[in-house]
Amino acid sequence: MSEIIHRRPWPLNTVIWFFVLCWVFIAGFPFLWTMWGSFKVQGDFFSKADWAYAISGVRTQVETGGAFTGDGYFGAWITKSFWVAALNTMIVVISVVVISLTLGTLGGYALARSGKKYAFYLLMLALVFRAMPHITLVSGYLLPFFEWNLWGHLPTAIIVMVAINQPFTLWMLHSFFLNIPKDLDESAMVDGCTRFQAFRRVIVPVMWPGVVTTGLFSFLLAYNDFTVTATLLSQANQTMVPKIASFLGTTQTEGNVMFAVAAVVSATAPLFLLVMVFQRQIVSGLTTGAVKG
Amino acid sequence: MKNRTFFWFILPSLVTMILFIALPIGSVFIQSLHIEHVAVLKEVKNCGPFGCKLEVQIDVEASVQIKEEQPLGKFNGFGTYKNRNHLATSELALAWSDSPNWGKFLSKTYNLPFYRALAFTLTYTFVVTPLVLLLGFCIALGVNSLPKQFKGPTIFVSLLPMIVTPLIGSLILFWMIDAEGILGSMLQWLFEDPNLSLKASPTLTWIMLIIYGIWHSAPFAFIVFYAGLQTVPTDTIEAAMIDGASRLERTRYVVLPHLVPLIVFICLIQLMDNFRVFEPIVSFSAQASATSLSWIIYNDLAGGEGTFFGSAGATSVLTILGVAVLLIPVLLRTWRDFKGKVV
Repeated sequence: MSEIIHRRPWPLNTVIWFFVLCWVFIAGFPFLWTMWGSFKVQGDFFSKADWAYAISGVRTQVETGGAFTGDGYFGAWITKSFWVAALNTMIVVISVVVISLTLGTLGGYALARSGKKYAFYLLMLALVFRAMPHITLVSGYLLPFFEWNLWGHLPTAIIVMVAINQPFTLWMLHSFFLNIPKDLDESAMVDGCTRFQAFRRVIVPVMWPGVVTTGLFSFLLAYNDFTVTATLLSQANQTMVPKIASFLGTTQTEGNVMFAVAAVVSATAPLFLLVMVFQRQIVSGLTTGAVKG
Repeated sequence: MKNRTFFWFILPSLVTMILFIALPIGSVFIQSLHIEHVAVLKEVKNCGPFGCKLEVQIDVEASVQIKEEQPLGKFNGFGTYKNRNHLATSELALAWSDSPNWGKFLSKTYNLPFYRALAFTLTYTFVVTPLVLLLGFCIALGVNSLPKQFKGPTIFVSLLPMIVTPLIGSLILFWMIDAEGILGSMLQWLFEDPNLSLKASPTLTWIMLIIYGIWHSAPFAFIVFYAGLQTVPTDTIEAAMIDGASRLERTRYVVLPHLVPLIVFICLIQLMDNFRVFEPIVSFSAQASATSLSWIIYNDLAGGEGTFFGSAGATSVLTILGVAVLLIPVLLRTWRDFKGKVV
């Protein structure tokens, strides 16, 4: 490709560079700005006088004596006990990932190896399920959950999210298993393994790249969910995202928007790390469904 | 694979999907046919220093009892569907006969909550989806022609708007666009209007939500297109070059046709996801100027004015029908494509 780049006329090259730099700025700057601002006081980050206060930190100097302050973080994590929400998120996310991967690998493997018509119909059904807006499903759960006293607990939210996650997990793992040659498990079965033994001894050791990628997306779904966690969890069991939403109602009146800003930055940090470490898997995961059909 | 083995492998996954996706769709429908009980009233003799009066009070005990006996509420048939908050059939008929022209009729229709939400949801879906495709394609072309060492970091930054929690991503933009935030004050300075506030104007709120939607989803289209660009056959490109095709012609006649299946895929995912737009409305507190179907269901369930299962159910059923209509063309296409391959 490199010789093609050299042959590109310079005006076109300039346009391309300008465009890409613009996009990178639009995509990245909001995060940088909010992270920077989370170490300031409200008078700076939401300055009535001059937006440049957010950079110089005039009010922060006056109010706290330093150019940066951790007050927002202290307020959010300790005073408003954001750490409880963070802990809940951890429990929910890990359980959702583990359970949906366990169910998903079994189902996805079966779908990939079946070759029967009904497997295809099941996949189409999963696609339809994937399209259901989550809130319409939640409005179906609420009443029965209230009646049976299941509402408000972490396990309820976990199993609901696993279910909502299943169609996607099935599709993705299905296409990964299609890439593992059939001969592998079939030769194991010729050697006398049952289907499950072949799966456990031959397929499980080679399936990890696909499982890791799918796991990442399950993680994102559970971590980013607002609909299910906001409606199915009680105040005490709230996870991070609904907690941040509830900050908005209460803190804006108290003049503590900075708590919410700090909480937002804290909740975004793990996602940054995730992208940094797993960029390749995320990209390949986004494209497997598309490129391979 | 034997049917029996297949059954046992798929069972756990199928059970969760039936229990928590298929059944709720059914239960939502049943709910939508019922309506909350009216509070049971009783007359109480209230005697004070100035004589006795008959007062009407809510009979709490009886109300609770009737609620326990029939938690679903009273059977209402399709009443909820027809009332003002949903399809509003009688209001529509009235507006139709009263309005001298289409404009009047549409503006009256827009005042009904369900149609208001539908209008925004559809606008959002059909504006964001094509723009996401276009922007994603441009970014993919741009990044693809960067020198190799810049590609990785660019992709990293590009992924961020998509990976971040929608509620959080929209909050971050909302804070910047706030009249006291950086973008808000920039805009005030640019238009020389110190009172300019994006929150106050419905049109600007719509634009803001749509911009958020594009910002959030463009990376997805970008990544998919970018991966597609890696698989464009170089032979064909070279052949086109020998035949004297210009850069634009090569993109138009070789690269674009190669990416058509990806466009279908992105459209499918984007239509599904944009149709359930919800979080940005919460973050932007935009409900005064823009509501979506998902938002009105949420408001019925957790809006603070009580829970209205019947109303939420009816809107949910209508939303599901909307999704079905939206999906049918794409589903049919996928159906045809897969039929050859899988079976």
